[in-house]
Amino acid sequence: MAVKARHKRFILIAVGLVLLGLAAMLILNAFKSNMVFFYTPTQVVNGEAPKGTGFRVGGLVLAGSLKRLDDGLTVRFEITDTAKTIPVIYKGILPDLFKEGKGVVAQGKVDADGLFAASEVLAKHDENYMPPEAAEALKRAKEQGSASLELSK
Amino acid sequence: MIPEVGHFALILALLVALVQGSFPIIGAARGNAVWMGLARPAARAQFLLIAVAFLCLAYAFATMDYSVTYVATNSNSKLPLQYRIAAVWGGHEGSLLLWAMILSIWTVAVSFFSKHLPDAMRARILGVMGLISIGFLLFMLTVSNPFERLIPAAMDGRDLNPLLQDPGMVFHPPMLYMGYVGFSVAFAFAIAALLGGELDAAWARWSRPWTTMAWVFLTAGIMAGSNWAYYELGWGGWWFWDAVENASFMPWLVGTALIHSLAVTEKRGSFKAWTVLLAICAFSLSLLGTFLVRSGVLTSVHAFATDPRRGLFILAFLVVVIGGSLALFAWRAPTIARGGKFDVVSRESFLLANNVLLAVAAISVLFGTLYPLFLDALGLGKISVGPPYFDTVFAPLMAPALFLMGIGPIASWKQAALPELAKRLRWAFGVSVTTAVILPLLLGHWTPMIGLGLFLALWIIGTTVNLVRQRLGGTEQPLVVRIKSTSRSWWGMVIAHLGIAVFTLGVTIVKGFESEIAVRMQTGDVAHLAGYDFTFEGVTEAEGPNYTTSRGQIRITKSGKERTVLAPEKRVYTVQNMPMTEAGISPGIIHDLYASLGEPLDDGAWSVRIYHKPMVEWIWFGCLMMAFGGLLALSDKRYRLKKRTAKQVQ
Repeated sequence: MAVKARHKRFILIAVGLVLLGLAAMLILNAFKSNMVFFYTPTQVVNGEAPKGTGFRVGGLVLAGSLKRLDDGLTVRFEITDTAKTIPVIYKGILPDLFKEGKGVVAQGKVDADGLFAASEVLAKHDENYMPPEAAEALKRAKEQGSASLELSK
Repeated sequence: MIPEVGHFALILALLVALVQGSFPIIGAARGNAVWMGLARPAARAQFLLIAVAFLCLAYAFATMDYSVTYVATNSNSKLPLQYRIAAVWGGHEGSLLLWAMILSIWTVAVSFFSKHLPDAMRARILGVMGLISIGFLLFMLTVSNPFERLIPAAMDGRDLNPLLQDPGMVFHPPMLYMGYVGFSVAFAFAIAALLGGELDAAWARWSRPWTTMAWVFLTAGIMAGSNWAYYELGWGGWWFWDAVENASFMPWLVGTALIHSLAVTEKRGSFKAWTVLLAICAFSLSLLGTFLVRSGVLTSVHAFATDPRRGLFILAFLVVVIGGSLALFAWRAPTIARGGKFDVVSRESFLLANNVLLAVAAISVLFGTLYPLFLDALGLGKISVGPPYFDTVFAPLMAPALFLMGIGPIASWKQAALPELAKRLRWAFGVSVTTAVILPLLLGHWTPMIGLGLFLALWIIGTTVNLVRQRLGGTEQPLVVRIKSTSRSWWGMVIAHLGIAVFTLGVTIVKGFESEIAVRMQTGDVAHLAGYDFTFEGVTEAEGPNYTTSRGQIRITKSGKERTVLAPEKRVYTVQNMPMTEAGISPGIIHDLYASLGEPLDDGAWSVRIYHKPMVEWIWFGCLMMAFGGLLALSDKRYRLKKRTAKQVQ
């Protein structure tokens, strides 16, 4: 009887460990396939960003670049890190604090025409706050010394 | 003058906290009754002092004293009074003061409602809470003083972030903090037990109501925040897996595991070490949440721009509290007597399985929230993990948890017979499977997730009905007597479990059947969604107390019959020149109709988003049922009776 009880306990622990292992696999797998990397406009222009999978890009909305297409809902604008700019297309309603010359982060993919098709556009939550990704992009461009004053068109 | 009084009160509170955190704990170790006796007066004095500080800050806000830096950055003369008061916790320094205030409320509550506890235990609990208080008061007085003066004084304030100017601001943060900080009581009980080496059923019984109370507040607080985000952000979403939401959700998951494991410890004497570990984790995650939100490492509406010294202080505090308590746990837990035995098939093992699933879910959230921060801190690149990760992980972890939730309460303690359980539950199983398959087909849209969600919700309802029928049936007594003779904590469990079912139903239906459109609308244009016609009747300009607004009018008709009129707004808060969307919502049991204004386009047209959200209100109603279940369990008379017997024993 004692042996049997110990046996039972062992099976229980083994089953528990297998299940926990499965859970860990599930978590890591889900994590790997849903991780979104961040790139600066310079990196995207240099071809460092992945093709076909989604990523995030951040910087400033180039002043004078915001255009609304005829359907009234699709917008095109350019994101700059002051060194390079990339064109973005987005269909939907922009966040309240989206403004030319201000920080922005967009998530999406590069489409066949070389446009960054954004599925999501994030702006900041208050007037004086810069999204960290956008700040990072500007900082990196500055460090590389390639920043020109390409802030408006 | 008044701000200095507040500052001085905080310094005195710190001194009192030092006394409260040292003498009673040492006294308990040495059996010195006088030193132990210091705990209760110290707790009360600290409460009064922090309350004075809090009132001083509120007074500075009410009287618009812009010579105080914190008031000048978070208020404005045009801000209505109720938001000027809520602005007390609208920024970093004030929300810490709220934290300390709420900690002292819990502490003083423990000092009053602990007469039944052994003296040494009470001294240790209040002592541990004093130690936590030292950390927060020290933090405020060194790097986050809300009473710091601004010289010369500002002419006017910079205003409260317009997102926060909402009735939600009055309720959501205090409720949430009551929950977060409330777990400090469970934590203090656990540490006291480890220090004293006594961990028995009585300990679990004393600790239970406090833990349930904190859980009720946390549930209500999260629910209020979710509802606020739904109507304030204008995207129709109710949960974004935002890092700050996760910060409040992790303690909830662990806290839920804790209230269940406490039940086992009280009733069966098992799971002792596990219960203590959960109590430590629940509070550690609350502290971690505070760190995540208040250190500025996150991009979020909840995060404030801050200076790095603060982050460092909280991190050090976190390491001391979590590291110290886990070290104490590793040292003392093995000496705590082992619990009762139970079979593989028993209520204990069902509860254990649910506990593990909840803990794993909390770990998966922790991982998804912290890993990007680690990468960033180590300079290995910036990544983000969005809702897809959490959605993928949560469904497979929560589905078995919800399934077991149906069986657990029916299984008997210690040993249950599987065939008998299967026999009792076959009807619930059959009905829920059949409905989950047929109902979506009738509604014209079936996906595995809808099927699974419906099955789980109906399964919980079915098994709970079975449970209630068994409890109330089978005797000769009239129904009223049988209902009355069943304890309130049992009814609390039934209602909270049904709340989970209602919540699951809401999530399943809204995720499976919601629809939305974004359209360009001119006055007179009609949009169609979910069988309704939305007529845009133009926008009128209006003035609020501290904003100007463009108020749209959207008339909703179905087959020519008028249903309701929505009034979504686009406001511009004048002080910071910040635009804000206010959604127009027509809530209902069956569905919400929801519209928000995008931006003005040329020739008087607007971009408009319209949402149809079936059964979305059930999500929050389910949460309220859970919180109500908790309250009902708290009102159980056995806590009061047990108190008296405990006193007689002493």
